[in-house]
Amino acid sequence: MEDKVEDLLQEELVIINMGLRGFAESLEQQEVEVVQVDWIPPAGGDQEMIDILEKLM
Amino acid sequence: MAIGFVIRKNQYYDSVFLMGVNKRLSQNKGVLQTAVLMASEKNKQLLADIGIYGDQIVTAKPNDLIVAVIAETPQVVDTVLGGLDQALLALEEKVLVSLLHTLNDGLAKKPHANLAVLTIPGEYVFREARKALDAGLSLFIFSSNVPVEEERKLKELAAEKKLLVMGPDCGTSILGGVGIGFSNIINRGAFGVIGPSGTGLQEFTCQIHNAGFGISHAIGTGSHDLSDEIGGITSFQALDALEADPQTKVIAIIAKPPGRKTLERLIARFKLCGKPVVSCFLGARMDSFEGGEALTWTTTIDDAVLAAIQHVGEKPTAIRIELTHQERELASKSRADWAPEQRFLRGLFAGGTFCYQSQQILGEAGIVVHSNAPLDPHYKLADPDRSSEHTLIDMGDETYTLGRPHPMIDGTTRRQRIMSESRDPSVAVLLLDFILGFNASMDPVGELYDAILEAKQMVRQQGGELTIVASICGTKEDPQELDLQERLLREAGVIVFQSNAKAALFCCQLLKHV
Repeated sequence: MEDKVEDLLQEELVIINMGLRGFAESLEQQEVEVVQVDWIPPAGGDQEMIDILEKLM
Repeated sequence: MAIGFVIRKNQYYDSVFLMGVNKRLSQNKGVLQTAVLMASEKNKQLLADIGIYGDQIVTAKPNDLIVAVIAETPQVVDTVLGGLDQALLALEEKVLVSLLHTLNDGLAKKPHANLAVLTIPGEYVFREARKALDAGLSLFIFSSNVPVEEERKLKELAAEKKLLVMGPDCGTSILGGVGIGFSNIINRGAFGVIGPSGTGLQEFTCQIHNAGFGISHAIGTGSHDLSDEIGGITSFQALDALEADPQTKVIAIIAKPPGRKTLERLIARFKLCGKPVVSCFLGARMDSFEGGEALTWTTTIDDAVLAAIQHVGEKPTAIRIELTHQERELASKSRADWAPEQRFLRGLFAGGTFCYQSQQILGEAGIVVHSNAPLDPHYKLADPDRSSEHTLIDMGDETYTLGRPHPMIDGTTRRQRIMSESRDPSVAVLLLDFILGFNASMDPVGELYDAILEAKQMVRQQGGELTIVASICGTKEDPQELDLQERLLREAGVIVFQSNAKAALFCCQLLKHV
């Protein structure tokens, strides 16, 4: 299997930023390709419901 | 005193937004305390601890917003809660909103992504991180409060897939010149560095940059990686990657002492490394370990920087920082202005690693230091709000950051503590740190400037002099401008050093004959 850790140090970073927007903004300032995800807990944050939904999917 | 709260169903906000609302509401006259939280189990417990509870809180779900107010009168409670919508709206208007809410949404936009950055509540990290690994993404996890078993499972899965998990509780990384999280603008160069602490990595990378060199990669591992429970999974992967990386000529590792078993494995690995390794295990005595020629042991970040630079052909110099003659003179001169009752040092730190390293340096000079995050558990403060003799406080500790912004982002808690310490007539020295870079406060010195002036003035009126010593971790290229921040401090009469170790060493000199 190719070593993706070594690749990560050589490639251009393409980042999915889940959570605090400030982190995405500082990446944008550095001209990094980044997409902001305003993450919200699935199923209202109900852990049991999340388990059930994941099994269904 | 009056207490009141409201619950808004299915209104989820991130922690930075909530802190903004909290700050706004707490500024109302007559307010004693406010709490603006999502209704997670942990937060509900926090509310109960300050006397706020009720059936509605018990049944609230993690996606529900709770806003609670303790105020002098019921009228103030009503006014504050009545103005909640306005406060939410005012802040919402300033925030751009993304229509993407899940990892899959993000992947649909960027199917070629190679890294996910997570700053979500700790209890949700495992699921989201596992999904990211399954999608072939490496991870930078800033979130804390992730159970150690979950961290191990994630890191084992990542290692199997040849992916990297930086974190949880990872503050800083620089990959190929890109700073992630709390990081500075650093030249690229020949030095690779690995470490569990964000501020440790920031201090090392800034000093390398300020000495005219550069960083290939700085790989944050998360604060638990070198414990024996995790066994350094990320650190070993990072070592392998830096050894294979053509830009990296020297590898440094900056950390608190690893678990015993992990340390033995690390040393064995260092010996096999094809590149020179500089290790800095803060607070550890490494005399009993034989590392071989390619391994240099150091015990401060400054010494690690000097040792690393030596490996790229600089003239050999002593790898032990020292004060200059002028600095020693300055210490004697400062001490001469103190009133007889002024004897003690109080350190108020934004960076946990700086609190730790300062304790080590003062301890080596024979100065006994108390702390809320002590090197020696024997000197743990019973109450972190009450200093005792020489005291160093990690103001980024959970006691000060639950529901409140970290001192690297907002100076409020440190400002208050500067004032309370300077009212103690036995205090002679304040030791501070200022951290620049992405995601940190845009004006860390400016936030404390008035408090510094006021504290100095107050002590002077009592016939003494408050010596304030500070270090700045940053570069000229950082958004906050190192030169500007340094000039402000000097204008306020603060003695400024370019490193925390130097500032701590200066404090040793100040306290030498007390």
